[in-house]
Amino acid sequence: MTAAVSAPAARKVASFRDLARHRVGSKLVVLGALALVLVPLGIGLWGSGSWPAALTVDVSGPLDDANAWVVDNRETHPLFLYFLLHLSNTATDAVTAVHNALDAMGWTGVLAAGVLFAWRAAGLGRKGIKVAATALGAFAVCGLLGMWEATLLTIALMIVAVVAAALLGVLIGLPAGLSDRVDRALRPVLDTMQVLPAFAYLLPFVLVFGTGTPAALFCTVIYAAPPMARLTALGLRGADPSVLEASASLGASPWQRLRTARLPLARKQMLLGLNQTIMMALSMVVIAALVGAGGLGEEVYSALSTVDVGRALAAGIPIVLIAVWLDRTTAAAGDRIGESAPGGGPLHGRSAWALVLAAVGAAVLLRFAVGKAWPEGWTYDISTPVNKAQDWITEHFASGIPVLGGTEVWSEHFTLWVLNPLRDGLTWLPWWSVLLLVAAVAWLVGTWATALTATASMAAIGVLGVWTKSLDTLSQVLAALVVTLVLGVLAGVLCARAGRLERWLRPVLDAMQTMPQFVYLIPVVALFGVTRASAIIAAVVYALPAVVRITTQGLREVDPAAMEAARSLGASTRQQLLQVQLPLARPALQLAVNQGVVLVLAVVVVGGLVGGGALGYDVVKGLSRGEMGIGMTAGVAIVCLGLVLDRLTQPAAARRTRSH
Amino acid sequence: MRNRTRVLRTATAVVGALGVLSLSACGAADTGKSKDVGGDKVVRLTVPSWVGAQANTAVAAYILKEELGYTVKSQQMGEVLAWDALSKGDIDAIMEDWGHPKEEKQYVETKKTVVKAGDLGVEGHIGWFVPKYFADAHPDVTDWKNLNKYAKDFRTAESGDKGEILEGSPDYVTNDDAIIKNLKLDLKTNYSGSEAAQITAIKKYAKEKKPFLTYWWTPQWLNAQVDLVEVKLPAYTEGCDADPKKVACAYPNTPLQKYLNADFAKNGGDAAEFLKNFKWTTEQQNEVALMIAGEKMSPEAAAEKWVKANESTWKAWLPKK
Repeated sequence: MTAAVSAPAARKVASFRDLARHRVGSKLVVLGALALVLVPLGIGLWGSGSWPAALTVDVSGPLDDANAWVVDNRETHPLFLYFLLHLSNTATDAVTAVHNALDAMGWTGVLAAGVLFAWRAAGLGRKGIKVAATALGAFAVCGLLGMWEATLLTIALMIVAVVAAALLGVLIGLPAGLSDRVDRALRPVLDTMQVLPAFAYLLPFVLVFGTGTPAALFCTVIYAAPPMARLTALGLRGADPSVLEASASLGASPWQRLRTARLPLARKQMLLGLNQTIMMALSMVVIAALVGAGGLGEEVYSALSTVDVGRALAAGIPIVLIAVWLDRTTAAAGDRIGESAPGGGPLHGRSAWALVLAAVGAAVLLRFAVGKAWPEGWTYDISTPVNKAQDWITEHFASGIPVLGGTEVWSEHFTLWVLNPLRDGLTWLPWWSVLLLVAAVAWLVGTWATALTATASMAAIGVLGVWTKSLDTLSQVLAALVVTLVLGVLAGVLCARAGRLERWLRPVLDAMQTMPQFVYLIPVVALFGVTRASAIIAAVVYALPAVVRITTQGLREVDPAAMEAARSLGASTRQQLLQVQLPLARPALQLAVNQGVVLVLAVVVVGGLVGGGALGYDVVKGLSRGEMGIGMTAGVAIVCLGLVLDRLTQPAAARRTRSH
Repeated sequence: MRNRTRVLRTATAVVGALGVLSLSACGAADTGKSKDVGGDKVVRLTVPSWVGAQANTAVAAYILKEELGYTVKSQQMGEVLAWDALSKGDIDAIMEDWGHPKEEKQYVETKKTVVKAGDLGVEGHIGWFVPKYFADAHPDVTDWKNLNKYAKDFRTAESGDKGEILEGSPDYVTNDDAIIKNLKLDLKTNYSGSEAAQITAIKKYAKEKKPFLTYWWTPQWLNAQVDLVEVKLPAYTEGCDADPKKVACAYPNTPLQKYLNADFAKNGGDAAEFLKNFKWTTEQQNEVALMIAGEKMSPEAAAEKWVKANESTWKAWLPKK
C-alpha cells in the first residue's frame, strides 16, 4: 500500500526533473553556440560602453510641447469643454456629495454604519461580532488620534474611487474572462496601469482635470482597477464546467449563462479582487495629497515638512485601520459565500438589512444629543511620545552597537559592498551584451516571443535615453528583490508550518502593506542615512507581505499525499521541505517572485525621496518642477524595466501550469 | 434567429451608451472656479510644503477669518502645480514664490491669468553651508577655493572617492552640478529627494558632530536649531546664471514675491487688498515658523499667538475704510 502510493509521486517528481533538465540543457547548448558567434561580433562592431547617443530619441521636447498645448487650450477646446471637464466636475461633485453625507450623519452615525455593515456582511454570527469589533476599534482609534475629520475626507474619496475602480475592473475583467484573445491583449495594459508610477502622470492629470479631487481620483482608479479586472477574469475562467454544461443543456442563452451561472460562480474571486482594489486605493492616499486632495494623506505629508514622525504616524495609523476594517469585512463576506444560508429568523436575509438601516438611522438622530463632530475631549496626542521613542531608537541603533556597529554601519557596508559593485557591474557591461543577456535568460525560462518582448523593452529604455539611470535603478530593484525573497520565503516557510505565527504576523503584514511609506521614510533615513539602502528598505517593507502570503499559501496547498509518502519513507523535516514541499510549490514561489517584482517597482519613486536617485528621483523631479518630459520618460522606463523583469519571472509558471 | 437577437441587443447597448454620452456633452462644462459655498466671502490659499510658507498662510488665514470675516480654504501642493491652479482660478493667491521665470512668463505675461501682488518682505538666500563646529575647527573651509582640501572629510558611501554635497527636494532650484563641474571641485551631489530626508540627515550629522556640506537656504526654521556657516562661492553677478550649464557663481538673494489670480485681484475686494498689503520681515516669519516646527504648535495656534502679540504690524495690512 505504501509502496503503491509513493510510486506515482516519486515518478512525478522524477519526470519533472528530467523534463526540466532536458529542456534547459538543450537550450543551453544552443545558447553556448550562439554566444561563441555573437559575442566576438558584438565586440568587433560596437566595442564597450553605454547606449550610443545616435540611437536615442528625444521624447522630452514633444511631451513638454503637449504640456503647453493643454495649458493653452483647456478652457476653450471642445475636447475639454464637452468631455474632459465634465469628468472633472463629476468627480468633484461625487466626492463632495459623499463627504457631505458622511458629515451629515455625525460621528455616531458613521461609527454605527461602519460597525453594523461590517457585522451584517460577516453574517451576524460569532465571526460577525469579531469583524464588527474590529470595525469599532478602527473607527474609535481614528477619533482618539484626532484625525476624525481627515478620516471622513479620505473615506469619501476612497468610496468613490473604489466604486469606480471596481466597476472599471469588472468591465475589463468580463471580456478578459470570456475570451483568451482579449485576456492576452489586456495583460500588458493592466501591468502598465500598476507599474507606471502615479507620480509620472499626476502632472498631466492635474493640468487636464485640475488640482484636488479629480486628479487624485482618476490616478487612484487607474492604479486600483487591475486587481479587480484580473480576479474577475480568473473567476469567470475558473467556473465549474459541469455547471456551465448543465446550464447550456437547459437551453440557456450565453447572456443567461453569464448572469445565472458564471457570475455567481465567480463571486468569491471577484470579492477577493475587490479586497485587493481597496488595498491598492488606500496606498494612493498620500500621493493624492500631493495634488491637494486633502484628507489623511495631507496630514501625513504636511507633518513631514516639520519632520514630525509622531504626527505623520497619527495620520498613518487611521489609514492602516481603515484597511484592516475593510479587509476583514470583505474577507468575512467572501468566506460566507459558499456556506449554506440558514433560513428564517430576524437576523437573516432582508430583515437583517432592515434592522441595520434602522439602527444606523437611530444613531444618526443621536447626533442632535451629542453633536456632529468627534468630541474634543476624546482625543490623545501621540506625537510627542512617538518622536521621543524615535529619537531613542535612532540614538541606540544607528551606531555604537558593539561588534555590529549599528544600522548606519550596515547601510554603509551594504552600499559599498553590494550596491556599488552591482551598479558598476551593470554599467560596465556593454549595452549590446545586456540585450543579449536579457534575450538569453528570457528564452531560457520562456519562449522566443518572451525573449523578444523582454529584449524590445530593454532596448526601448536605451532609445529613451535613460540607459545609465535605468541600470542604476535596476541594480537597486535586484538588490531589494533578493532581500525580499530571502526574507519572504523564510517567513513563508515558518508561517506554513506554524499557524499561530501566521496569525501573529498578519497584523504586522497588513500594516507594512498599507502604512504609507512616507510615514516611515524619516525613521529609515535617520537609521540608514540618505542612501540607496534606505530606498531599498522602503521597497522591502512594502513588497514583503505579498511574498510571505503567497509562499505560505503555496506551501500549505502542497499535495498531502506527497507529504505523507515522504514522511512514511522516513524523510526528515528538512528533507520534506527541500525535496518535496518546495519543488511542488514552485508555481507559487514563482508567482511570489513575479509579485515581488511588481511591488518593488511600485516603490522606486518613493525611493527617490530618500536618496535612491536614478529613475525614481527623475519622476519626483518631473512632478515637482513641472517638467513632464523628464517625469514621463523616467516613468515609462520604469514600466519597461517592469516588462523585462516580468518576462524573466513569469512564463515558466504559465508553461508549467499548461503542461499539467 | 439567435444571431439576429444578439446583434440587436448589442446594437441597442451601443446606442444606449452613445446616448448617455451625448447627453452629458449637451452643455459645456464649467471651466472656472467651483461654486463658492459662502458667496464671495471665500478665499483659497495654497500651502507649499516648507514651514516658512506655512507661516505666511496661517497668519494670513487667521486675520482674514477673524478681522475680515472670510472663510479660508487651503490646499497643499507643490509650487509648479500651485502656479497652474492659480492660473485656472482653483486658488486665489501664492504668498511666497522663490522665482519661477518659466511660469511667470507663461501665466503673467502671455496668458495674463496671474498678476504680481508685490514683495512679501522676506528675502530668500540659497547657498552652500557647513556646520559651525567644522568651520570653527577649519576656518578656511568657508572659501570655495579650499573645498577640495576638505573633500575627503565630506566623503560618504554614496559619493565614493569624492566629497558629498547634500541636496534636498527637487522643488528647489539648484545649479550645483554645474557649479561643481565649472569650478573643478572634487564634489558630487547626493539628491535626497525630499526636504524631510535632507533635514533628517542634517540633524543626524549635527548630533554626531560629523562634517558635512549641504545645499541650504534662509529663512529656514532649522537654522535656529543647527548652526550652519556659509561657504563663499564666486560672487553673483547679473546674468552669471543665465546658461544652466555654465553656472560658476553663487546664488542670488531673492526678494520673495506674492502672486494673485487675475480675476481675484480685480474682484476680490478686501481679501485681495489685504493680501497685496501683507508684508513682514524674515525675522517675523521665522518666529512663527519656529513655533510650528520647533515647538510643534499647530499653524493656527502659532498664527493666533503671533497676531495677538503684533497688532501694530498687521493693522497696517488691513484695507483702508
